[in-house]
Amino acid sequence: MNDMRMTERGVNTKDIKIEARKVQVFYGANHAIKDVDVDIEDKTVTAFIGPSGCGKSTFLRCLNRMNDTIDICRVEGDIILDGEDIYDKRVDPVQLRAKVGMVFQKPNPFPKSIYDNVAYGPKIHGLSRNKAELDEIVESSLRRAALWNEVKDRLDAPGTGLSGGQQQRLCIARAVATSPEVLLMDEPCSALDPIATAQVEELIDELRQSYSVVIVTHSMQQAARVSQKTAFFHLGNLVEFGETSKIFTNPEDPRTESYITGRIG
Amino acid sequence: MAHSEHIVSGFDRDLEGIQAQIMRMGGLVEEAIAKATEALETRDLELARAVRAGDKAIDALDESVNDEAARIIAQRQPIASDLRTVLTVFRVSTNLERIGDYAKNIAKRTETIIDQPPVNGTGASLRRMARQVELMLKDVLDAYIQRDAALAADVRARDIDVDQMYSALFREYLTFMMEDPRNITTCMHLHFMAKNIERMGDHVTSIAEQVIYLVTGDMPEDDRPKQDRTAHDAGNLT
Repeated sequence: MNDMRMTERGVNTKDIKIEARKVQVFYGANHAIKDVDVDIEDKTVTAFIGPSGCGKSTFLRCLNRMNDTIDICRVEGDIILDGEDIYDKRVDPVQLRAKVGMVFQKPNPFPKSIYDNVAYGPKIHGLSRNKAELDEIVESSLRRAALWNEVKDRLDAPGTGLSGGQQQRLCIARAVATSPEVLLMDEPCSALDPIATAQVEELIDELRQSYSVVIVTHSMQQAARVSQKTAFFHLGNLVEFGETSKIFTNPEDPRTESYITGRIG
Repeated sequence: MAHSEHIVSGFDRDLEGIQAQIMRMGGLVEEAIAKATEALETRDLELARAVRAGDKAIDALDESVNDEAARIIAQRQPIASDLRTVLTVFRVSTNLERIGDYAKNIAKRTETIIDQPPVNGTGASLRRMARQVELMLKDVLDAYIQRDAALAADVRARDIDVDQMYSALFREYLTFMMEDPRNITTCMHLHFMAKNIERMGDHVTSIAEQVIYLVTGDMPEDDRPKQDRTAHDAGNLT
């Protein structure tokens, strides 16, 4: 068991899914992200950690251009997804977000039925030709989100009527329904109880087989549990990026050490 | 300590608490080594008994350190240097407990051979060897509390002297036994005592390696030079 874990964690031959180079983010005059270089590997969970306001969520939101929606926000540098610059003028952000899905801190199901929550993305992106195909996508997405067995008999019930943990898994099902290649998660468990958290973490580990997952979390233990790579952000800088097992046993940078061990910087 | 304080001050108190227990254990163990060999040299039955009785306190501390370290893992989920501190506390405590057992065993054997006629000069050489281990232990405990990897590496290198002393004693006892079979009982016991002290040196070395791990995050990779060849060439003594 231990040996398997070692090889699993030690793998370093993965393809690079997202390549970020010299990324700068400005909110008006505020320089929020400073010169960040990072490689996000395919089929790997990468955790972003750091104190509030360090820029980790801002950087995460660059990866699917969610920052476009903020007027005063300006992004510089290159973010290359599968060899293509996602900030290129020819890239349609809506298509991009189908490829790079996102799950938020608070479960935010649409005020629609469970079925429609999951079917929405595939419908607007035209991923199904008929009802049967759509049914199939909804079922497989709910199965991948480990929610199918709990909701299969009440697909017409409102998504908002589910428990918090179920709602979050519904949002994950919604995100995977468009067959994304990268899944961004911004503190996906912070509003969940420990059991729902464990279910989402188990799910993240399964999703890793098919996707590249990037998760922002405030829980050191969660980052240590779910990720293979960890990036530590501080004051807009990427301070340290490396194997999770290394970061949590013997980090290089004293700022990383202070933060993860809960010391006064 | 090298690091700044935790935001949760109770965590600092916990870590300091278990390390203070380790230092107390270390003090008791140093004392046990010194007294055990003194009892042998001066043929002091009372002192030997006191060493045997004193081992209970060391065992109790070992148990307490283990309980406390387990509690800290459960309640504080230590990581990085904190994790290494807790991990090394477990191991160092085990090493110290074993050294205490060896001292106790020396005291026990002292009681056994106390009425036998002494074999010339052997008590003093054992005492010298024990003194060397005692000094190494003192230094390694200093290295531990100061987080001094260089001093730990120095202690680790010094174990070779203990091994050499053991090899010399091994030959000496063999010679005594060959000279006069009446020496055999005593020399067998003395040899076990020498072996006990040699093993103590190994445990001190292991503590030194823990200190290096604690400070650097890595165990030393190079093999230590080994000088005890008695397992290989004992038969070729003459």
